[in-house]
Amino acid sequence: MIEATGLTKRYGERLAVDDLSFTVQPGQVTGFLGPNGAGKSTTMRLILGLDSPTAGTVTIDGKPFAKAAYPMREVGALLDAKAIHGGRSAYNHLLCLAQTNNLPTSRVGEVLDMVGLREVAKKRSKGFSLGMGQRLGIAAALLGDPKVLMFDEPVNGLDPEGILWIRNFMKALAEEGRTVFVSSHLMTEMENTADHLIVIGRGRLVADCTVQEFIDQNSELAIRVKTPERDKLAGLAAGKGGVVVHDGQDALRITRLGLTEIGDLAFDNGIRVHELSPIQASLEQAFMELTKDSVEYHASVPGQSTGPIADAKQGVRS
Amino acid sequence: MTTTAPALGGLSTLPPPTGRAGFGGALRSEWTKIRSVRSTMWTLSTAVVITVGISVLGNWGRANGDHASAASLAREDLTQRSMFGIILGQLIMVVFGAMAITSEYSTGMIRTALTAQPRRVPVFWSKLVVVSVVSFVIGEVISFSAFLIDSSFWRGKGIALSLSSPHAMQAVIGGGLYLAGSAILAFGLGAILRHTAGAITSGVGLLFVVTILVNFLPQSWQNHFNKWLPFDSGGQVWSTQHVRGTDLGPWTGFGVFMIYGVVAVLFGAYIFRKRDA
Repeated sequence: MIEATGLTKRYGERLAVDDLSFTVQPGQVTGFLGPNGAGKSTTMRLILGLDSPTAGTVTIDGKPFAKAAYPMREVGALLDAKAIHGGRSAYNHLLCLAQTNNLPTSRVGEVLDMVGLREVAKKRSKGFSLGMGQRLGIAAALLGDPKVLMFDEPVNGLDPEGILWIRNFMKALAEEGRTVFVSSHLMTEMENTADHLIVIGRGRLVADCTVQEFIDQNSELAIRVKTPERDKLAGLAAGKGGVVVHDGQDALRITRLGLTEIGDLAFDNGIRVHELSPIQASLEQAFMELTKDSVEYHASVPGQSTGPIADAKQGVRS
Repeated sequence: MTTTAPALGGLSTLPPPTGRAGFGGALRSEWTKIRSVRSTMWTLSTAVVITVGISVLGNWGRANGDHASAASLAREDLTQRSMFGIILGQLIMVVFGAMAITSEYSTGMIRTALTAQPRRVPVFWSKLVVVSVVSFVIGEVISFSAFLIDSSFWRGKGIALSLSSPHAMQAVIGGGLYLAGSAILAFGLGAILRHTAGAITSGVGLLFVVTILVNFLPQSWQNHFNKWLPFDSGGQVWSTQHVRGTDLGPWTGFGVFMIYGVVAVLFGAYIFRKRDA
């Protein structure tokens, strides 16, 4: 179990992590979600003691990581698969890590077998592909049979096969009762892997809930209506409590009213309807909406809104 | 590469933990690290070949080409001369000492290493022990090889020069010590700067450039100043002759030389422990 309390990290002027408190429970995959630059990696570095917090504390099973008798038995972490000396063979890389925690040398061969790197064990890791590097990082994380596993953007740059492998792997680890904490900036990835979500933006906690709760809270059914009498229907729908936004020249996007209600409303008022369709907001959109205020650098496309659901949400707010 | 089914079945159960991960494990780990990268092999073999090679070539040439009488040659510090390649060898030891720590920062390995062992104190000191022992052993190999080969040239000229000559043993052991001291100084600088080029440049600057620059000072200043410089103070331990007043004694000189290294290492240790990795 990982417990962060009031965790804060300031780099000069920039507040990378801002008063973050959360708990990561064992037996499930906890997704750590946020846009790039939100402070996910910094938080993970703080958990491991690579960086020291400006304020606040973080513990693993009740004590700071550095106080663990055998740190590798407590936490296995893969923060950056490239953070290894490329001139060292995979075997020697794992050996020098295992030795720090007095782990048996035989363990190195076992984890190499497990991740399928046995044949290249004596090769220098410099020549490894991204996927092989990732597997080597996972092998290192598993050396100590740790209770807590942390992965920072583990699927970045992997092929679909590699993504599937890691995804299933994390689930299997959680099923064994371990704490699995995995960061990503992609909601879709978390949708498929995580049971629980911790969402941050600009270093601050945005959401801490189950994936289902996140879906229920943040994705709303919208109805798209295409009609030549757009403004008339807009007025009527708004009168019935719907939240209405324009969606192009002759269409509306209405939330908080059902398909039937809108269809009946149009029929009762003699409004011609050319299209009436439900649109489920994807979690990706919900996530973008939730964190858009906290994205560090916006890519702006002139003359284009941030998306229909974003508009709809703004409608709800105003 | 094929996808394997996720299974932790391949792993056997670890023996139950006893005690705590500490200095012993860190030391074994650092030994594995240093011997498992080619740069170690390359740097150290270059140090041996260059240092011994230059010493041998220079002494062979002078022993065979010099017409000075044996009596006047015997007044020179031929022991130190037989190891004069150390002047270049120290620079290669600087590279070795600096890279032992800066390569971990340049590759990012330091973050992986400190995730395996977050207690930084044993990590730092075990690194230093490995660097010191390895550079000392290689340093002694260099100084003894150079002296034993070169003294045979001088004996061929009729000069009695051997390990039993006055102060010869001190100077030859001192040659290895000086090389180890150079590596330790550079290791400290590497821990402070965390940057390979920066650490090597500052190491070379301290040992080499400062000595050259000081030559431009007035002679009366130099007499008071030079003996405290790293190269001049450290140089006493691998020489048999010391000018009274302007030179420190062999072990006092080596002590002064090591103060530079110790200060760099202590400051490096402080930064290693305190600063974010």
